[in-house]
Amino acid sequence: MLVEVLADAATPGDLVAARTQMAFSLGWHIIIACFGVGMPGLVVFMEWRALRTGDAAFEVLARTWARAMGVLFAVGAVSGTILSFEMGLLWPGLMGSYGEVIGLPFTLEGFAFFIEAIFVGIYLYAWDRLPPRTHLLTGLPIVVAGVASAFFVVTANAWMNQPRGFDLVDGEVTDVRPWEAMFNPATPPQTVHMIVAAFMVAGFGIAAVYAVGMLRGRRDRHHRLGFLVPFTVAAVLAPVQVVVGDWAAHFLADYQPLKLAAIEGLAETTAGAPLSLGGVYIDGELRYALEIPNALSLLAHWDPDAVVLGLNEAPAHLRPPVNVVHLSFQLMVAIGFGLVALGGWLAVAWLRRRDLPRARLFLWAAALAGPAAVLAMEAGWVVTEVGRQPWIVYGHMLTRDAVNPQPGLLVGLGIVLAVYAVLTVATVYVLRLLARRGPVRAPQEESHER
Amino acid sequence: MSADILLAVLWIGLTLYALFGGADFGGGLWDLLAGGSERGRPQRELIEHSIGPVWEANHVWLIFVITLFWTAFPAAFAPFAATLYIPLTLAALGIIARGAAFAFRKVSDRLWQRRLFGAAFAFSSVVTPFFLGATLGAVASGRVPVGIDAGDIWTSWWNPTSVTTGLIAVGACAYLAAVYLTADARRAGSTALAEAFRLRALITGLALGALTLAGFPVLRADAPALFDGLVGTALPLVITSVAAGVLSLGLLVARRYLLVRLTAAIAVTAVLWAWGVAQYPVMLPGLTVDGAAASPSVLTPVLWVLGIGSVLLVPSLVYLYSVFQRSPQR
Repeated sequence: MLVEVLADAATPGDLVAARTQMAFSLGWHIIIACFGVGMPGLVVFMEWRALRTGDAAFEVLARTWARAMGVLFAVGAVSGTILSFEMGLLWPGLMGSYGEVIGLPFTLEGFAFFIEAIFVGIYLYAWDRLPPRTHLLTGLPIVVAGVASAFFVVTANAWMNQPRGFDLVDGEVTDVRPWEAMFNPATPPQTVHMIVAAFMVAGFGIAAVYAVGMLRGRRDRHHRLGFLVPFTVAAVLAPVQVVVGDWAAHFLADYQPLKLAAIEGLAETTAGAPLSLGGVYIDGELRYALEIPNALSLLAHWDPDAVVLGLNEAPAHLRPPVNVVHLSFQLMVAIGFGLVALGGWLAVAWLRRRDLPRARLFLWAAALAGPAAVLAMEAGWVVTEVGRQPWIVYGHMLTRDAVNPQPGLLVGLGIVLAVYAVLTVATVYVLRLLARRGPVRAPQEESHER
Repeated sequence: MSADILLAVLWIGLTLYALFGGADFGGGLWDLLAGGSERGRPQRELIEHSIGPVWEANHVWLIFVITLFWTAFPAAFAPFAATLYIPLTLAALGIIARGAAFAFRKVSDRLWQRRLFGAAFAFSSVVTPFFLGATLGAVASGRVPVGIDAGDIWTSWWNPTSVTTGLIAVGACAYLAAVYLTADARRAGSTALAEAFRLRALITGLALGALTLAGFPVLRADAPALFDGLVGTALPLVITSVAAGVLSLGLLVARRYLLVRLTAAIAVTAVLWAWGVAQYPVMLPGLTVDGAAASPSVLTPVLWVLGIGSVLLVPSLVYLYSVFQRSPQR
């Protein structure tokens, strides 16, 4: 049976399978990766406070988070590895033609990941072997390398949106300029947007755990600190992310107008284009949307009467799917503003009374903010990736021309999904196990029982 | 010229992955064979203690090799990945299971959890090197043609040479792990464990030697071009490997545990480099190293990055290993 299915030649179904597998494994890894980027800074900050103040509550939190970070880092390391495999397994057409163009950031990322893995090993396992100050210092390379890894990897994705740094002569890639490819026009807005998102996901994610704890009545100092520090970091970044997102949208207006047209469901090129909230794109037009006149032109080009390009600028077969991009974008923006509002709520309460808001609703919202931040981040990636379709290399290579022509990708997808289902269950189970077990005791307590 | 340097760097990366990452896989194999939960506990604790801090860093060598492969030799990487997607997918899933289960087991405290995660860790530690080794055999026996749709997705890696290289990979992992763990056990102060792993190292060393020698007639029949290279230009390396292997057995008998780490590593390294030398300059049938290489405008900055990166990397790695190879102070 398996052999028969595998014996069929690659079909359109295989293309869908390859895209699904890539989307799924990437979307899975990126959640873990956000914690890999955002969490070390929080852990090191807690350890630094513990060293400065001698307050054991900080150290207990640092150690508790470090234990979860260890699990997440291991899962992230291996779920990231499969992505480097999949680049070749699923998209050999892309790698054969353009592998050399986008190789440089991956080589750089390799070193960043090395530094991260080495110092994670030292930081987690040598806590009680090294002098406290030295140990704190071994955390810093993790923070820097984590951010650097995210930067390098996202430059490669930015290149897929804005391919630069090579010439095409008779379909052959020549005169490759890898630095130019890496620092393409999409790199600044995309990398900043993603790195800020990573810190928000990690911050709201950790805070959500403690919000749940407080909802269950555990309002001690441990829980308050465990909530306030990551939540504050994420809440401060939330309005920053609105500005960065606006920058990214401006970038699209100038460089990838079709993606912006799909985001807005804008069928025709329009002067003084309205901003559409909600709605469904049916038969070439956006229906049931709430329109704010001239707002899209104003937001995209700082001019209420500016011309915004519509989907009609490209032939039908070269347009991205509209509904999924449009709805994902709306979801991301809605959650983003919700998170800003939530941060504002805490800020007001703090300024008035130096305390958390009294309403239980705040804790409920904060508990939901963790998964919501993840959802917003994933929706943002759907906008970026689906909005680029049908291109894998924007304007140069179609996704269907990059896919592995060998048969059987559908079977591969099934197996991969099954493995990830198990991995998801196990990861959630183990993290819950850690959360239920509660805070890691201070080391001096531990040494008593030895 | 820069293509040859990058090929050498790629091979160094592959060698280091085999020596360090391979030993971590081998640790999983010994974990699998350690026996019941009670009887096997000291061994499992030693393995967990030895692998825990370093396996992630060791694992990065694989990512380094894969990304450098596609950056420097895209024309060879694309057909390699496309043709061998089955064993590579299985290896990738094995890597996921291995790493995740190892981390999960470390933080679990109930017996059934530790058993379940331990079994996943140990089982995937055995199958992953087999599939990775089989892909090397596919390249070595010239079964990966240049077109991305030209290769056979089954026979490319399920053939006498690939099965042999897959088994050799598993054997080498087990052997290296046993050798390294012998010294770790002695440093931890457990003579009984050191003796147990010494015995395992001796047995796997003999088995690996026999397996490698038995591989020669297989290669002669199945991959004659590679065989000619191995007994031709690569013969000094083959002899080095055999000599280092025999010396390692002697050192194990004499309980020179630190020295045998070096000779065992040399034996494995020499096999990998013998393959490389025997096949050079052919990467895939009809595709040479120069033909597969990226343009010089890519290779030069990559070489610079490698040079500058290693200035950061080497001291960090030395620091990592030295922190954990020292006895704990308290």
